[in-house]
Amino acid sequence: MTTPSSGLTRRQEYERRQRRRSLVIAGSSTALIILAIVLLVPLAPGWERVQNSFFNAEVFAKSFPKLLSAFLVDVAIFAWSAPLIAILGLAIALARDVRNPVLYPLRLFGMVYTDVFRGVPVVLVVYLIGFGIPGLGLPRPWNSPYIWGTVALVLTYSAYVAEIFRSGIESVHASQRSAALSLGLSSSDSMRFVVLPQAIRRVIPAQMNMLIALQKDVALLSFIGPVEIFRQAGVFKSLLANFTPYVVAALIFLVITVPTTRLADHLISKQNRARS
Amino acid sequence: MRSTQFLTALGLTICTFPGIALADGHCAAGKTLEDGKLTIATGNPAYFPWVMDDAPESGQGFESAVAYAIAAEMGFEADNVVWVRSGFDESIQPGAKNFDFNMQQFSITEDREKVVDFSMPYYSSAMAVLTTQGVVDAGAEANLASLKSLKWGADANTTAVPLLMNLVAPDSDPLLYNDNTDVTAAIQAGQIDAALFDLPTALYLSAVVVENGTLLGQFPADRSENPDQFGALMEEGSPLKACVDEAITVLSESGALQQIEASWLSETTGVPVIK
Amino acid sequence: MKLRLDQIKKTLGNRLVLDGISLDVSQGEMICLIGASGSGKSTLLRCINLLEPLDDGAIWLDGHDIATPGLDPQPVRQKIGIVFQSYNLFPHMTALENVLLAPRRITKKSRADLMPHVGELFERFGLSQHMDQYPDQLSGGQQQRVAIVRALAMKPEIMLFDEITSALDPELVGEVLEVLKALKREGMTMILATHEMTFARDVGNRVCFLDRGRILEQGPPEQVFNTPKEPRTRDFLARVLNRG
Repeated sequence: MTTPSSGLTRRQEYERRQRRRSLVIAGSSTALIILAIVLLVPLAPGWERVQNSFFNAEVFAKSFPKLLSAFLVDVAIFAWSAPLIAILGLAIALARDVRNPVLYPLRLFGMVYTDVFRGVPVVLVVYLIGFGIPGLGLPRPWNSPYIWGTVALVLTYSAYVAEIFRSGIESVHASQRSAALSLGLSSSDSMRFVVLPQAIRRVIPAQMNMLIALQKDVALLSFIGPVEIFRQAGVFKSLLANFTPYVVAALIFLVITVPTTRLADHLISKQNRARS
Repeated sequence: MRSTQFLTALGLTICTFPGIALADGHCAAGKTLEDGKLTIATGNPAYFPWVMDDAPESGQGFESAVAYAIAAEMGFEADNVVWVRSGFDESIQPGAKNFDFNMQQFSITEDREKVVDFSMPYYSSAMAVLTTQGVVDAGAEANLASLKSLKWGADANTTAVPLLMNLVAPDSDPLLYNDNTDVTAAIQAGQIDAALFDLPTALYLSAVVVENGTLLGQFPADRSENPDQFGALMEEGSPLKACVDEAITVLSESGALQQIEASWLSETTGVPVIK
Repeated sequence: MKLRLDQIKKTLGNRLVLDGISLDVSQGEMICLIGASGSGKSTLLRCINLLEPLDDGAIWLDGHDIATPGLDPQPVRQKIGIVFQSYNLFPHMTALENVLLAPRRITKKSRADLMPHVGELFERFGLSQHMDQYPDQLSGGQQQRVAIVRALAMKPEIMLFDEITSALDPELVGEVLEVLKALKREGMTMILATHEMTFARDVGNRVCFLDRGRILEQGPPEQVFNTPKEPRTRDFLARVLNRG
């Protein structure tokens, strides 16, 4: 507060020097390591072949446009799955919270559901539902792999999302519920207006991580037919006998996932700061 | 440059090493992974009718029989043939291979030739349209106009994908799968009407795997610009290529290859040709 | 008789927290519950509001036993308001939203219909400028006054206060106690659990000393504070009053 108009306090001066010092150190050590990688890796005997197989500029240019348009399939699947997962996940979480004995089957269902779908690998669910249910004899378009693949993703992810919602609900202190009930609110109103808004806010960072995982797992739908980016990359790989298309696909994914991951981390640290 | 030198040096080391098990002067002497043995890769699993019962050691099945014939021609006893399993990805990845050559209906293409070596073709396949009786009953016919309107599928890892686009150019985007099993599952589930396979595979799938499976027709091998030809896959620059080519040439000229084909690959003339 | 507690018993875990409490409360009366921590004051208030079900006994409100097992507690809670030690405001709502939530949901009245009454409550307790602030932007005293307004907005017939000044910084206690005095002047029937002995003596109509889940002694403040009959009451008062 007693900063002289001319400059900084002694403490600020010191901290600025320290900051500069660590920046210089961090910068030069990073540069050194990058330099080492750039210089040393190409010295390896197999580098030329690896480069040709994974970082082939010609293949990159050839596959990029089609991979980008195949990525739109992933985006679309993601876009319609995410809201469905949020809704079903919340419903399952609420079902597990039900105290009325008449609704006990609902609660039991919620419990079994989350146990089963968290216990089975996503790709298995995609296979079983994606091929199995249409195999029962549904007519087109109701047997579409897009529909049943989405169902598989939604079922699996809802189980995880439901557990996160539930942990959020349980993290809201019982006194909030008491306060709501003491005003004469019904228990469903207490949940809806008092507990849930707080619970959802608390679990947003955790749910962001689920979103990131989902972004990657939509690619599993390729197992049952849809030609999304990984399948398209696989086709290129097969035709060109080259892995570069996978690298292209990874890069396209990173452009989306890195910002969302950073955002999630930012939200988490912001929340941690608010709590402390 | 550096890696070429490295390989040359490696090759020299191997070549100067005296051959033990093989007769002196034989083409393959000192060029195989393990001296005196020929290591051949097949798929995991290996499919009928290329390999019977997923047991290539038996010599039963077209590719298994061809493999032993090539081995014999190269001077290897059947006992000195070692089988390994290797997928397509492992075969094209850079670095050392665990096989001398790899036979699993690999189609020879110009793009693939840039990365790996192929032997001369040991089989030229027609492509066939696998479908179900239900689709035929619904009006599918063996002509291009009808084929275009079908919902197509294919094994994503095969040349069936570009062939499908070239030969049929379907109206809607095809669905693609990891392997034959998934393609047939999708046909069975009614998610696709038809799929393109090499003719022997298609015949097997329609007869054994797909319920009510049937072949709508075939595109003869000479129909497309690049006929679907199978070659044994080897590491780029493999010193063994000349030996394998020589063996296949001998087998082909002597009629031995045709005999093996006749005994393992079904009669294909009954399948209508698509016009 | 406004409210009548009849032999209330309550066990929490293995502990008998309320061991047969009986108490008659008249219209407009302010009753102060005093006693050591764990003597059962809070539990008693939570039982009256039906936040805790009774094990045994009855609570008569206007001639009905509201503690009848299976009875819907919602209408009762609308008649009996409670304010907690830790305020328990809803942190994601502004002060005004906190207050409006229950009346809007229960009476189904619009905000415009409710505003005259609610605005007046804010005005009366000096909170008009804080309507649109969130709880974490308010001082403890302000938060507790908002909590009182929130309970009053339902127009309860009885108000329960559970040590509502215990969590406050000393300089903020006064503003909250002023609110209680104002409510008493208006004739509100109130039961307080409190450690504010001076307030209990000056403002309360009756003081009840709770000990081990029983009302050990009760009477007008001057009687309980000046001439306690029971030794345990004397001990307790000596301890709290000496402390200041």
